[in-house]
Amino acid sequence: MSQERIAAIVGIHEYPLRDVGGLMSPLQIKAACAAKALEDAGLSWADVDGLYDAGDGGGAMSGLNIAEYFGLKPNVIDTTAVGGSSYEFHAAHAKRDIAAGKVRVALLTYGSTAHSNARAIGVGGQGGGNHHPADVMETFAGATLISNYAMVAQRHMFEYGTTSEQLAEISTATRYHAMRNPDAVQAMEDLEFLDIRETTIEDVVNSRMIADPLHLLECCMISDGGGAVVIASAEVAKNCRKAPVWILGSGEATKYPEIGGDLTTSAAIQSAPLAFSDAGVTPAEIDIAMIYDSFSITVLTLLEDLGFCKKGEGGAWVAGGKLRFDRPAEGPALNTDGGGLSSNHPGMRGIFLLIESARQLRDESNAQVENAKLAIAHGNGGMLGSRHTAGTIILGRD
Amino acid sequence: MSEAKRPLPSAKEHDTQAFWAATRNKEFIYQQCKACHTVIFYPRRHCTGCTDGELEWKQSNGQGTVYSFSVVRQSYHPFFRNQVPYVVAWIDMDEGPRILSNIVGLAASDKEVSIGQRVTIEWEEHEALSIPLFVTID
Ligand SMILES: [Zn+2]
Repeated sequence: MSQERIAAIVGIHEYPLRDVGGLMSPLQIKAACAAKALEDAGLSWADVDGLYDAGDGGGAMSGLNIAEYFGLKPNVIDTTAVGGSSYEFHAAHAKRDIAAGKVRVALLTYGSTAHSNARAIGVGGQGGGNHHPADVMETFAGATLISNYAMVAQRHMFEYGTTSEQLAEISTATRYHAMRNPDAVQAMEDLEFLDIRETTIEDVVNSRMIADPLHLLECCMISDGGGAVVIASAEVAKNCRKAPVWILGSGEATKYPEIGGDLTTSAAIQSAPLAFSDAGVTPAEIDIAMIYDSFSITVLTLLEDLGFCKKGEGGAWVAGGKLRFDRPAEGPALNTDGGGLSSNHPGMRGIFLLIESARQLRDESNAQVENAKLAIAHGNGGMLGSRHTAGTIILGRD
Repeated sequence: MSEAKRPLPSAKEHDTQAFWAATRNKEFIYQQCKACHTVIFYPRRHCTGCTDGELEWKQSNGQGTVYSFSVVRQSYHPFFRNQVPYVVAWIDMDEGPRILSNIVGLAASDKEVSIGQRVTIEWEEHEALSIPLFVTID
């Protein structure tokens, strides 16, 4: 089963703006990106027979209205909505549906106006809800989203001696890449970042503490934005405009608070082995690591759980700038588009992990790793420090 | 403008209403399966360990240990923005349940807490229920 060529990413588009000034809706961004991604593939709306949607823009019953909005008549509608990893789940399901002969051309879209809506995602009070029993038990504590992740970092530091300086490596590597991506630089200008330049470890650890032990420069931005990905069968991919980027493996999992649970381990511990065994490759072979960087600790935890290093050794493993795109001999390049930390995070970043992976495997990245052959896109949905989902996708070129 | 209040749990949610009813008497209760002895928390109607077990309510001694914590220094929530800096923590109760709460009563200047710190419940009383906050003990 290894390295099977059943389904490939054939079209991609990332919406270039991170601040639409309130002039676009999420649905409009989704449609604009879909058209561009289809064009990128050399396909058109009429070719789409599988539609994958996380409810951004269309709401909880988006399956009821999203096809109409696009003007499509799909044979498969999948509305898996598991937060920021939804798009890795969608890619996995698209491949499965293509393998089953139900779909030839799958369309994944994302649109968000989180910045224009001035949603204080990170530091807002948690818990809109008083309906799910988990919300009823937790909302009173006022744990912000950042503090949810900070408690993972605190425990990681306690158990393994991880330091803020080590966590800062994640931030400096992604900023290093962002400075090579004109859209990311523009994003930081539009979102009024104070100091737009390559950062140092000292910059990160000296930035303002938001929720101990996480500093400002360890937290992702809140942008507007969106994107689209077109996934096609091998037969369709043959005639597409761009080289196919094959979906070689996938894994899905979820994790939640449990009595005696280990906060330093994520659902990736379950999804990653599934994806690697599917693909018939090992972490050591991966050139590009597109890993959901909501916060520095998210990446450190996921690098361990994905198998790049042992649990607890992530801090030492990332040290010395090895995650940069120009150090391919030292390991995979991390988030070469600039990541959610420094390029694009409108709330559910998972689709950009697929998009930048595809760019790298097509030699189209602004921080191109020479001869990149294998990429991993790992999305984390929900919250790392409580209930979350993991979607792992392994991608390869011809 | 009235002062913002702590967001309080619904006392009517089906799975958790018994837990909150007990807090009126300053009791922290949790469930355990009579058949397979699985401890269930947050509260539910069914056992997650077996398919036919009956759950019984047990009372915690109100003490636990800090599993992890963070000092929140920025919040936009109408109530919590006025509380910063404040400590949120996952606390492992001695009987097993892990609860998300606040550690209160610390000096405003340092908020010095550590993982492994022993804590005990300090109830914050409200009209229809009490909230289990925690203070450190030696
Ligand atoms: Zn049972």
